[in-house]
Order: sequence, then structure tokens, then C-alpha cells
Amino acid sequence: MVNFNVNGTARTFNGDEEMPLLWFLRDELRLTGTRFGCGLGVCGACTVHVDGQAVRSCQTKMSTLVNKRVTTIEGLSTDGNHPVQRAWRTVNVPQCGYCQSGQIMQASALLAKTPKPTDDDIDRTMSGNICRCGTYPRIRAAIHTAAGNGGAR
Amino acid sequence: MNAIQNVSNRRSFLKGMFSAGALVVVSRVLPESAFAQDPAVRTRAQSAPLSPSVYLGVDPDGTVFIVTHRSEMGTGIRTSLPMVAADELEADWSRVRIEQGLGDTKYGDQNTDGSRSVRDFYDAFRRAGAAARTILVSAAAAQWNVPATDCFAQNHEVIHRPTNRRLAYGALVPAAAKLPVPQPATLQFKPKSDWKFVGKERPIYDLNDITVGKAPFGLDVYRDGMVFASIEHPPVIGGTIKSVDNADALKVAGVSQTVNLDAPKPPLLFQPLGGVAVIANSTWAAFQGRKKLKVEWVDGPHAVFESEAFKKDLLKTVSQPAKVVRNLGNVDAEFAKGGKVIEATYSTPMAAHAAMEPPAAVAEFRNGKAEIWAPTQNPQAVQETVGAALGIDKKDVTCHVTLLGGGFGRKSKPDYAAEAAVLSKKLNKPVKVIWTREDDIRFDFYHATAAVYHKAVLDNRGKPTAWLHRSAFPPIASTFDHTAKYPLGFELDLGLVDVPFDVPNIRAENGPADAHVRIGWFRAVTNNFHVFAYASFADELAHAAGRDSLEYLLEMLGPGKVLDLKSQGVDYSNYGAPIDKYPIDTKRLRRVLEVAGEKSGWAKAKSGGGKGFGIAAHRSFNTYVASVVQVEVDSKGQFKVPRIDQVVDAGVIINPDRVRSQMEGAAVMGVGLARTGEITAAGGRVRQSNFHDFQVARMNDSPLQVNVHFVDSGELPTGCGEPGMPPVIAALGNAIFAATGKRVRELPLSKQKLV
Repeated sequence: MVNFNVNGTARTFNGDEEMPLLWFLRDELRLTGTRFGCGLGVCGACTVHVDGQAVRSCQTKMSTLVNKRVTTIEGLSTDGNHPVQRAWRTVNVPQCGYCQSGQIMQASALLAKTPKPTDDDIDRTMSGNICRCGTYPRIRAAIHTAAGNGGAR
Repeated sequence: MNAIQNVSNRRSFLKGMFSAGALVVVSRVLPESAFAQDPAVRTRAQSAPLSPSVYLGVDPDGTVFIVTHRSEMGTGIRTSLPMVAADELEADWSRVRIEQGLGDTKYGDQNTDGSRSVRDFYDAFRRAGAAARTILVSAAAAQWNVPATDCFAQNHEVIHRPTNRRLAYGALVPAAAKLPVPQPATLQFKPKSDWKFVGKERPIYDLNDITVGKAPFGLDVYRDGMVFASIEHPPVIGGTIKSVDNADALKVAGVSQTVNLDAPKPPLLFQPLGGVAVIANSTWAAFQGRKKLKVEWVDGPHAVFESEAFKKDLLKTVSQPAKVVRNLGNVDAEFAKGGKVIEATYSTPMAAHAAMEPPAAVAEFRNGKAEIWAPTQNPQAVQETVGAALGIDKKDVTCHVTLLGGGFGRKSKPDYAAEAAVLSKKLNKPVKVIWTREDDIRFDFYHATAAVYHKAVLDNRGKPTAWLHRSAFPPIASTFDHTAKYPLGFELDLGLVDVPFDVPNIRAENGPADAHVRIGWFRAVTNNFHVFAYASFADELAHAAGRDSLEYLLEMLGPGKVLDLKSQGVDYSNYGAPIDKYPIDTKRLRRVLEVAGEKSGWAKAKSGGGKGFGIAAHRSFNTYVASVVQVEVDSKGQFKVPRIDQVVDAGVIINPDRVRSQMEGAAVMGVGLARTGEITAAGGRVRQSNFHDFQVARMNDSPLQVNVHFVDSGELPTGCGEPGMPPVIAALGNAIFAATGKRVRELPLSKQKLV
């Protein structure tokens, strides 16, 4: 049995603890903002925060979540106005939008640690998140915009 | 199913994509009021009292419903076409609600590919908005008992000019709903100076939902009582099941059963590939069960496919005379005169679409009818394919179109939706089929591998007097007719027969090639390799002539004219658009090149010592794009792209921000495709499986800066999803040459020694 917290709500999981968090979020909680992209931890579409760290939920077994705090895109802010979400809208980052939850979760974790990231910081942190539409120039611009807004809360 | 009849249907369908046929469908869209009584109406737009069009309706509370019947995969079309209608309607955008249309022929064509949504539906959406505005103005005039000519519409109201009296749209709806829909020919459109939305930047309709994780994609659909299916496909296309041992799979908690699926009979069309489906109560259980499945296969004839050997065959094919597909003058006579002859052969590998959302669909079969939810570029193809797979009328297939997590051409082919439908019928419950990334990479409708040979002879001023080029690639035609070794006409019309240079003797040829995997259309299609070849070759000629690449290109294009391909034996399909309205105008190609030169600082650009500037331009999808790529190549041969400038002439632009984003994305994807985009096969099996071995562009290897510039154009609006790709790929190769002196004739770049 795994007791943990998702977006501020206590959760108990009794199934196969080898199951990745991704499928618990999607199939059981219907928090579908966390996306399936590769199942190997190489695309970043499933990125969530566990105790504030950006992790790939497709590689995070349920067994590792005892007493952890999980934050998904749906819980990043109460009103959708986290500085990174606002910056994403200011810069009109998304094209198809599928990968953007993961991009936003990765970027918000970056800014929490590094409020004024350089382009190199952005390259290092964001290169694990694929956007097949190619919104990278705007993701970069939006991260700089969010940093100018005061960075992460 | 009658296979032959089906082939001919599919072939005509496919031809329709790129022929005038598509436009015939469009012109049938109006009058649309006839559909207002249709009992099958499901949109709010059509159930609204005032609904002069299948695309638009107005409620008495003033809400304007606009239907987008084209699929949203990232181009912004779900916002752009409604902008056109809302502008003509003089609507307040905050009161516009956008609805996604089901698959339905009443909307006209819905196959969202070929970069033609704006081109083909701009007029229909203008008419929809103008018709509603005209009726509302008439209703107000009648209420005031004044001439309609004294009234005008503005921001969701009708205003009586002499008295400044106003009536809100919503209040006018009950009266307006009783008035006849004006004939299309009588409609008056707003002058450009009054446009409020068209040409102005507007955030996409789904922007907020995307940033909070609430935008619904295909994978996000859940139905009550639904089971989850993961399918082991035969590893070689056309393979069949020899034996299945499902004992261990059934031991996985949550797995309920496995289902053997029939192998398709050729031609493959969009049919499911067959295999073994593992059915479970969660996605994870289905995946786990599948790992425990033991299947033996009979591979069939395509097990012979070895991509390395295949490439050698293609290179051999293009080294020999082939089928002539365009001829101007007499290249043989010109070559026989001697002079400076240049030859080069280019080759490019297969590639996968790899949209971020893998193929997925939900199907619910009940009482002889199927309901499908799918991220599809073509809901009408879903209806057809599912209908054929289930043996029911396509009218009994309802297709809901979700947002698409990328498409790039893959999601025009609904094999995955048919899989869900077949399983739902067998299991008698709703089924979600989820492809893994491995399934997606291994069972794509691939971008074809290609070889292109070029030969030219230069006069003493360095200008070509004869130009011969020849391509070979497994054709898209093979997916629709398994015996096809030659492409359909449109495959040649994308960068092979429409080489725009003003050379007195030109011959284009095309050789045969077998297909051993499913071949499909990938963003920009055959333009990608044809343009890589011809625009690289043009640059080779410039250097051979000792000339500046841009100056030389402009000289090769000549003063500018409309290309007459008909007199050169080409029945040019012109991306499905009439050639008189959308000619190949080399003046416009010159213009994008000139602007690219100005904006990129070409005149002052200094190449050499590892830094290089490259340029290329091409007209595709009726849109003209020039690209200037800057590269920096280090001593190990690794390269970075600091900047790309994209110059676009797409006629009237609806939403400049979305055109810019398409050009940015095409630059990123083009660089990624050229750098690492390669699918290989051995024993008929695709070797790559996920993003670790089929690498796509990432943040750290993408262009740092992409600047997009528009040529101010009043021409008819044309598409922007695809035309940004081809010139970027060629300009990148040209930039690498400028930086290093190494001419790239083979992709991917990651396998070439650049220094």
C-alpha cells in the first residue's frame, strides 16, 4: 500500500507497485494533463514534480512514492497563473500542445532552482523534453519571460 | 470488400487530395441552409436559430458558434478559419465559441493535410460570416423600417447610421432566423481596411486549456466500461500469425484476454496490420501483458527488405535513364556539345513522423453502429476505413475529432481507429487502443528513402544550358496499389517537375522502386528530398561558376515569369489548386529570395573558418519560402545553428503569429530531420524503436533563433504548415559547404564527416 499526496489530496494506492505513476495519474485519477510520449523517460511529456523535483512519471514506480508530494500540471497553480503558465501564454508557445504540460513542469522546476537561467542552463535542463512541433525558440523565450516576471514562486 | 474497386476508390481519393477535385467539393458547400433541417444536426452552430451555414450559427443570447471541420494538430487552423468568419460577421471574439465538427461530407473535404485548409476554405468561411451579417442587418433594417443600406454591422451590433440606433445581434436573431439566406453571389465582403481579425495576431483558442493541462487529446478519452488494448503487430509488413502462446500474458493482473486480429489483404490502404491484441483493465496491464506474449510469425515477402542494399539499388536506378516526366528542349544535344559538366547524386533515408501523441483511438460499437473518438487528420477516412473493417455503411460510423498531439501526415491514416473499432465489435464494449512509441516508430507510413541524380552543363559565363535530374523512391502509390513501382503524379509535382530555373533545356526523369514498408506522406512530402537535391545542386553550380549563391540563384530564375509546365509534357497537379489562380510565379520566388538576402544580412555574411551561410528557396503548397541558415561547425564536425531566417509569401495571411510558428517549427524540424532523421530496416524489420535511436530535434541542437519575415502580399491565401521545411534542409547543406568546403550529398548529417 502506498500513501502519498497528489496536488494536495491524500491518495492511497493498493495495486501493482511496479506500475509507473503516469498510469495512476491518467487511468485512475484521470489527470490527463500528464502525457504519455515514449515510456522510456527520453521525451519528457510525462514530467511531474515529486517533492518539487521534476521527474519522468513514466519511470517513477508507485513503490517509490510513499509519503511523497506529487504535483501535476493540473496542480501547478490554483488558477492556472503560475508565472511559467502566464509566460507560455504571453509568448504563445504551444502548437499542438501535447508536450507542453511536461515542458511547463520542467521549466517551473528549473526556475525554482535557477531563477535567472542562462541559455546554457535552459539547454541543459530542457533538452530532455521533446517538442516535435519545434516550439523550442518560444520555450526559451517564455522561460526568459517568466524569469523576468520574478521566476518561480 | 471488392479490392479492385477499393483501389480505384482510394486512388481517386488520393488524387482528389491534390487535384481540382478537392475544390469541387468546396464549391458544393453552399448553400448550407439546406442542412439546417437535417435531423442529424449535432452542432450548436446548426441548432442555433440563425444558422446560414454549416459552419456558423448565432443564438438569441448573442453567442456565435463556429464549427471547425479541419483537424487541429498544431497549425492553429481551429482558430484561423473561425477568425475569417468572425471578421466578416463583425463579431465580438469573446462571444465566439468554437466547435469541432464530426466527420461529415456536408463540410466538404476534411482531410487536414496538403497545407490547404486556409486555401480551400477561406472563401467558405468568409461567406458564412458575410451571410450571417447580411441577414442580421436586414433584420434590423426591417425592425426600424429603414433601408438596409443605411445600416451597418459593427462589433456584434447593427447600427442605423443616420440615427445611431443600435440593436445587438442576439436580439435580432429571432427575426433574422425567419429571413432567407442570401445567395452567395450577392454577398458583399468587408474591404481589407475594415478587417479586424484577419491579418492580426491572435492567440489560439485552446491556449489556456493547454497551459493548464485540460486540452483533450485522443489519448485522454475515457468511456464507461472501457477496456484497454495494446497490439503486437507482425514485425514485417504483411506478416501473419504462426502461433500464439498467451499463457503468461493472461497471468498478468488486469489482463482479461488476447484477441488475434486478421492480417490485411493487399493493397494495405489504411487497414489495420493484424497481430495480437492484449485486452486489460488499464493501459499498464495491457502493456505488461503484451511483454509476456509469445508470438511466432510468418514474415511474408517483405522480409527481404534491407535498407542499406535498397539504397544502393536506388542509387543504381538513378544512374540510368528512366521515365521522362518533364522535357524542355533537348538536354542530350546540349550535353553532346561539351563544356563544363557537373554531376552529383544525393540520397536521403526513410523517416518516421513520430508525433508526440502516439496513435490512439477509442471505439464503441453498439447496435450495428460505431462511434469513434480519435486524434485524426481525416475523420471521413475514419468513417470509410472503420466502415470497411466492420462491414457497415460509413454513414453508421460517427467520428469525433479530438485535438491531435501532432500529425505531420501520419494521422491522415486511421489504421489505429479501425483497430479499436474491430476490437469493440468483437468484445462488445468500448475499447481504447494505445500504440506505444515503439509501435509508432516501427509501424509508420514512412517518409520514403530517395536518391536523386543531377547533371548540368555550364556555358562560359557559368550559367547552365542543360539540366537533367532523375529521382527514385518507393512511392506513396504503393500503399494504395501494392503493384505500383512508380509514383502517382502528385509525388513528382513536389520539387521534381517544378524546378523553377530558367534553363533552355531541362529534363526530369523518375525511376521505379519497390516498397517494403507502408509509404505515406510526411510534412512537405517528396519536396524534402527533391528540394534538398536540386537546391544543393544549384549551389554546387554557383560555386563551380565562382559566383555568390544568392546572385546566382536570382540569375538562374531569370527576370521572373509564370512557368508553363503543360507545354513541357507535365500535367501538373499544383497541390490540388487551379493553375490559373495559383500559377508557379518565379517573380514571387525571386522576391522571397531578395527579402531573405536583405533580412539575413547576406551581403555582409562572411563564410569560412567553420562559419557558414546557406540559402535556398522553393515554392510548395502554392506558397513561396526562402531560407537562410547560419551554421557553426567545430573541429570535430559537430554543428550548431545560431540563426535561421525564413521569408514567406503565402498571400493574405490570416493569423501572422501562427504562420510564424509554423515557419519556426519547420526550421526546427527541418534541421532535426537533416541531422538525425533516419529509419533503417533489416530482414524487413525496422531497426529503430523510440526517441533514443530515432532522434528528433531537441532544445540543445535546434536553431537558437528563427526569424520569420512576410512579404506583403495581396495574393490568394495559401498554406503554411509544410512549405517551411524543404528550403531549410537544402540551405543547411549549403551553409555547411560554405563553412567547411564539404558538400553534403547524403543525409542524415550525423553520419557524415563534416570536417
